[in-house]
Amino acid sequence: MDAVAVEGVWKFYGDYPALRDIRLGAAPGSCLALIGRNGAGKTTLLRIIAGFSRPMRGKVKILGDEPRETAARRRIGFIGHGISVYDELSAFENLMLYARLYRLPNPQRSAMEWLERTGLERVRNGLVREFSRGMRQRLAVARAFIHDPSVLLLDEPFTALDDRAIAVLQDLMRQALAAGKTVVMSTHQLREALELASHVALLVRGQVAFEGECTSEMVEDPGYVYARYGEG
Amino acid sequence: MEFFRQVFVIAHKDVRAELRTKEAVNASLAFALVILLLFSFAFDPESDTTREISGGLLWIVFAFAGALILNRSFARELPNDCLDGLIAAPISGAALFLGKALANYALVLAVELVSLPVFAIFYNVHLGAQLPELLLVLALGAWALTVIGTMFSALTVNIRLREVMLPMLTYPILSPALMGAMRLTTGLVLGTAIDKDTFLWLKLLIGFDVMYTAAALMLVEFVLVG
Repeated sequence: MDAVAVEGVWKFYGDYPALRDIRLGAAPGSCLALIGRNGAGKTTLLRIIAGFSRPMRGKVKILGDEPRETAARRRIGFIGHGISVYDELSAFENLMLYARLYRLPNPQRSAMEWLERTGLERVRNGLVREFSRGMRQRLAVARAFIHDPSVLLLDEPFTALDDRAIAVLQDLMRQALAAGKTVVMSTHQLREALELASHVALLVRGQVAFEGECTSEMVEDPGYVYARYGEG
Repeated sequence: MEFFRQVFVIAHKDVRAELRTKEAVNASLAFALVILLLFSFAFDPESDTTREISGGLLWIVFAFAGALILNRSFARELPNDCLDGLIAAPISGAALFLGKALANYALVLAVELVSLPVFAIFYNVHLGAQLPELLLVLALGAWALTVIGTMFSALTVNIRLREVMLPMLTYPILSPALMGAMRLTTGLVLGTAIDKDTFLWLKLLIGFDVMYTAAALMLVEFVLVG
C-alpha cells in the first residue's frame, strides 16, 4: 500500500481546472519531488494531500485514511509557504502548543528536545517576532517534525532558508527517509531536492507529464526533466 | 474529555497571544468607553426617555466594541499561515471553533464588565437589586455575539475587506438576540425584574445561543476546509 495515494484528483478554481485527473503514489520510505513551473498545480495538490482543501473529484489516501481523518492528520507533518508559528508566543510556547494538539505523551520534553535539535534551546523563551528569518524557519521545521510524522508534505521547503536551516532540514529528511517515512515535496530548487528524491513527478498545467524514479541524469542536470518531458 | 482539553489549549493560546499584544482588547475598550461618554453628552441622563433607550445604547456599544475583538479572532491566524498549522493538527473543527469562541467570550465579557460601571455612573443608574439578572443577560447576549462573530470571522478570514464584511454579516443574524438583550436590559435598568412578560425575551436569548452554537459546531469544518 502506498503511504500517499492520489487517485484521479480534479480541482477547479471557477471554470479553470487547476488539477486534472492526477494519479500519483508514494511508497513508504520514498521521497517524491513534485516539480513544475509556477501555476502548474504543485501547491494545490499538496494542500489537497494535506487535507486543507477538498478535491472536486477523485480521492487521496494517507496510509489508507482520508486526509481529514484524525488518524491521518496525526501522521502528517506539513511545511507550507508560511512557518505556522505565532509571533506573539515564545519558541517554547509554540512547540508546546503543537505538542499538546498532537497529544504527545510528554509535551514539555518533546518541545525541549526539538529546540535542541534545531539549535534554538538558548532562545527558547524569546518571542518569535524577535527571531531572525533563519531561526523562524528552524522553528517551523521543529513544529512540523515534533510529532514524528510518518508522511512529510513539504511545499517549497528550501525556499528562503539560510544555509544552516537547509542543512538541518536535509539532515532531518534523510533521517526520516532512513526510518521508512515518506516525503512528498514540491520544489523549484531542483538541485537540493533531487539529492534526496527517489521519485520525481513533473506537473504541467495541472496534469502529470512525467512520473518515475529519479535517475542519475536528473541529478547531474536538474533541467533534464523539463527539457525532456516538459515545455522546455 | 479529549475534546474539551483541545478546546482549552486553543482558548489558552488565543488569550495568551491577545494579552501579549492587547491590540483587540485595548481598541475595543477604548471604543466602548468613548462611545458611552459621547452618548452621555448626546442624551440627558436624567430624562425618562434616555432611561428607556439605555438598554439599546448599551448593546449598540457592546455589539460594535465586540466586533473589534471578533475581527481579530481568525485574522490572528493569518500571519505566518498559522491557520494551516491548526487545520493540519488532529483536532476537530468544532474544538478549534469552540476554543476560539471561548477566548473571544472572555475578552468580550471583560470589556462589558469594565463598561458596565462606567455606564451606571454616566447614566445615573442604580444597578444594585437587578445586578444578578443583568449579568445573566450580559452573559447570554455576549455569547450570542461571540458565537455568530467567531463563525463569520472564520468565514471572512481570507476576504480582503473582512473588517467591513464581518459586521455586515454578523448584525443582521444577531438582530433577534440583540433585540432580546436590549429589551431585557432596558427593563432591568428601569428597576423592573424579569417577569412573565419579559421572560419570553430571555427564552429567545437562550434559544438563540443554543441553536447557533449547535449550528456553528456542525458547520465550522466546512467553513475551514471547504
